[in-house]
Amino acid sequence: MTATTAAGRRGMTRRQRTRLIRGVQYAVFVGVALLIVLKADWPRLSHDYFNLTIARQLFPDILSTALKNTAAYTAMGFVFGLGLGLVLALMRLSVVAPYRWVANVYIEFFRGIPLLLWLFFLGYGVPTATGAQLPGQPYSPIVLGLGMPAAAYMAETIRAGIQAVPKGQAEAARSLGMSHGRAMVSIVIPQAFRIIVPPLTNEVILLTKDSSLVAILGVTAGTKELTKFGRDSLNQLVSPTPLVIAGLCYLIITVPLSLVVRRLEAHNNRAR
Amino acid sequence: MARTSIQTEVVSTASDAAIEMRSLHKSFGELEVLKGIDFHVGKGEVVCVIGPSGSGKSTLLRCINLLETPTSGKVWVSGQDVTDPDVDIDAVRRRIGMVFQQFNLFPHLSVLENLTIAQRRVLRRGKAEAERVAHANLERVGLADKATSYPAQLSGGQAQRAAIARSLSMGPELMLFDEPTSALDPELVGDVLEVMRSLVADGMTMMVVTHEMAFAREVADRVVFMDDGIVVEEGRPEAVLGAPQHPRTRDFLARVLNPGHRPSLPQADPTL
Repeated sequence: MTATTAAGRRGMTRRQRTRLIRGVQYAVFVGVALLIVLKADWPRLSHDYFNLTIARQLFPDILSTALKNTAAYTAMGFVFGLGLGLVLALMRLSVVAPYRWVANVYIEFFRGIPLLLWLFFLGYGVPTATGAQLPGQPYSPIVLGLGMPAAAYMAETIRAGIQAVPKGQAEAARSLGMSHGRAMVSIVIPQAFRIIVPPLTNEVILLTKDSSLVAILGVTAGTKELTKFGRDSLNQLVSPTPLVIAGLCYLIITVPLSLVVRRLEAHNNRAR
Repeated sequence: MARTSIQTEVVSTASDAAIEMRSLHKSFGELEVLKGIDFHVGKGEVVCVIGPSGSGKSTLLRCINLLETPTSGKVWVSGQDVTDPDVDIDAVRRRIGMVFQQFNLFPHLSVLENLTIAQRRVLRRGKAEAERVAHANLERVGLADKATSYPAQLSGGQAQRAAIARSLSMGPELMLFDEPTSALDPELVGDVLEVMRSLVADGMTMMVVTHEMAFAREVADRVVFMDDGIVVEEGRPEAVLGAPQHPRTRDFLARVLNPGHRPSLPQADPTL
């Protein structure tokens, strides 16, 4: 052989080398999978973590109360956050400087503090100072607790969406005699929302998971969401199975949303 | 009636032109793009503006409907001073059609909705009347069958004709065209120019920034050559394009009409 390529010197063609590397990758995967399947104590694992007898006791409350409340808290936080986020986004784009300052301070504040601290503040800090709970119990600390930080993140997403609409769109609208406000409402914002549906859906996924922190707000039996429900069932039934089932319930919400985001993103990429 | 008499007075001081400009200056920061333009377009006149890129042609056009605010100088449209800070600019823009290089159709609306939205929101026309006007204008530009299509489904030539129909639906007194064929594939230019020819035949007042020299020669009442922020030469198309007086006009035309030719360099003998 007088081949002078790297592959040639090792006595293999490029195709043979690619096959070998791929074969090794499959072999490692199969080996690790076999090790887990053969060495794990399956009866023990399923008794502790997937105990069907215990799981059955969670139904129907885990769906009719806990999952429902998780979805409801997420929706409330999202709607509040979206409305406030739109206002903040328009403030950040305003020609009036003080509006921009206020929006900037709000956004930086809520993006910078931990959600748990904010929930403690609303649930325990404010009542300690004023001697009274926030009005509108039990929902006000939940809506404000989840919605106000979410508004900060969504404001940035909405602002980016508005700025991603080509300048020519507003110019064409103004050239037809539309006022600035009319051009925003009829032309720019509808296009901005199209652009930001995928990131906003991601925001719903994050919010669904963040709603678990509401568990610290001393909720009652009827207002328990998935994490609190799982935590309390863990104590009552002395088994980690409720936490596993609660986790699966979160996936009922988040996985379909995640698939929707992927499809929308693929669709947007095609449209461009 | 009182308002009419005041406007008549203004007209008498600013001549009866559709567009009148006096010592118009426009700077973007340090960069002075328009360096004192005095210029008019008579009612029913078709004026083509030519010149190298960066010469200020588009900025001049955009100063007429105030998409750009002039730094100094005055602009009258049908006798009304549009540079007066108290003027209702939305009302002025309603009377001026504008056609953009990039079409700027609204992608989230159907072709029909593109043509009706400003009629309904700005002119407060009813749905039936707005659609009747829209269909008539689509017919006029040869797109009667595209009313329910979306802009993404149109070719560039169809999109630009739809954009012209959108402007026409507002019943403008004059039309501004900002390089309307520059973004089109060569084989689609003809359809758009055909529509523009029909507007000329109908007596529309038009100001067209263009690189289509043959079109300018054919339809323009007057051709204006701009370079470096000033009007270098203007006159009948056969004069400016056929026998340019100014060396900068001659140089520009030589480069545009004969792209491979470089008059300042000695020519290589093709027989060598």
